[in-house]
Amino acid sequence: MAQLFHPRSTVISKASIVIVIIVLTSVIVAATEIYRSGYTTGQNVAREQPIPFSHKHHVNDEGLSCAYCHTSVDKSSFAGIPPTYTCMTCHSQIWTTSPMLQPVRDSYQTQKPLEWIRVHDLPDFVYFNHSIHINKGIGCETCHGRVDQMPLMRRQNTLFMAWCIDCHRAPEKYIRPRSEVFNMTYEYPKNQEAFGKKLVKEYNVQVNRITDCSTCHR
Amino acid sequence: MITLKKLFSHTVLTFALSAAALGVIGCGGVNLDNQPKYKPLAASRFFANGQSSRPLVEGTVPRGSFTTDSLLITGKVNGKLADLFPFPVTEQVLERGQDRFNTFCSPCHGRLANGEGMVVRRGFPQPPSFQTDSVRAMPAGFFFDVITNGFGRMYSYAPSVPVRDRWAIVAYIRALQLSENVAVKDLPEAEQHQLLGKAQ
Repeated sequence: MAQLFHPRSTVISKASIVIVIIVLTSVIVAATEIYRSGYTTGQNVAREQPIPFSHKHHVNDEGLSCAYCHTSVDKSSFAGIPPTYTCMTCHSQIWTTSPMLQPVRDSYQTQKPLEWIRVHDLPDFVYFNHSIHINKGIGCETCHGRVDQMPLMRRQNTLFMAWCIDCHRAPEKYIRPRSEVFNMTYEYPKNQEAFGKKLVKEYNVQVNRITDCSTCHR
Repeated sequence: MITLKKLFSHTVLTFALSAAALGVIGCGGVNLDNQPKYKPLAASRFFANGQSSRPLVEGTVPRGSFTTDSLLITGKVNGKLADLFPFPVTEQVLERGQDRFNTFCSPCHGRLANGEGMVVRRGFPQPPSFQTDSVRAMPAGFFFDVITNGFGRMYSYAPSVPVRDRWAIVAYIRALQLSENVAVKDLPEAEQHQLLGKAQ
């Protein structure tokens, strides 16, 4: 009886096993990377806005506090996007003829709000609340990054649940004194581990409950 | 008896139905990421101006905050600006006032209330310093009234600063006026020493 398989087929079959493993692994790695990349998550991608508003200029050059515009950040789930009125508080007097600010003046005159494009958009089944984070000593910068260095707004983090949980499991790694919440250049002390634990206790952070599903999902 | 062929066709049918069901759920069902509800400032196709938030009816007050305390909400007593505070000024009030002053007022008025804020350096007309005798003589209610209703080129800050915070700011302005105009001999002894020690 003639041989069913050619001598080479052993090599081919072994090689094909290796190739299949390599191909499968690459596909999984590639898919994960694409899923995590800014292309999919929007991380670090600056959106085109009705006005190229610069946080860098307003925060870093002018020294405005985050709360000057985001007035409800310490008392509401929503930090608040300022009405055109807030822009005009200064821009009724300075840069009054700048073409870049024409949409602001139009909006103020016609009472039609500017339509900013949302940069941080959580899924609707996440009930995130700004005020609790601010009042428990989580700095703006911890989640939003160095906004004072962003000429155009972008999302510093993925907003993946794994990223939220990282802090919810160990808030002592990220907590800071309440007085430093709006500070963009806060430096954690060397003994952050111990200092953080002290703050967690002092601010009564409910460490046992902040990893419950129902804390963020209802 | 189930033949192989029948088993195969059953399997195919099951898969096809499951796929179709998933398709229906995926396309026609509820999208949980973007649910049919309004989040703050969301756009709406229902209202003519495209906003989901409705403007407040004039004279609306938040539930539980209605008061006839004229001093508290207008800074006036019997129609005249009063040099009084509607509640005791504690250290906490001053700290809140400092925080709010530095946030909302210092961009123009400067951290010392001397009218040399950063926005002024950018071309905003300079506001008067609060460290002059004439401004120091103004009643507390005057500052409250200016924050509430605006003054000259200054817009009203009523939308961003709630009533009690406005009074906290007024208290802190008084503290700033005091701190910038105090005689060395009126300081506590320890601070006199420190100050004179540094000057020598």
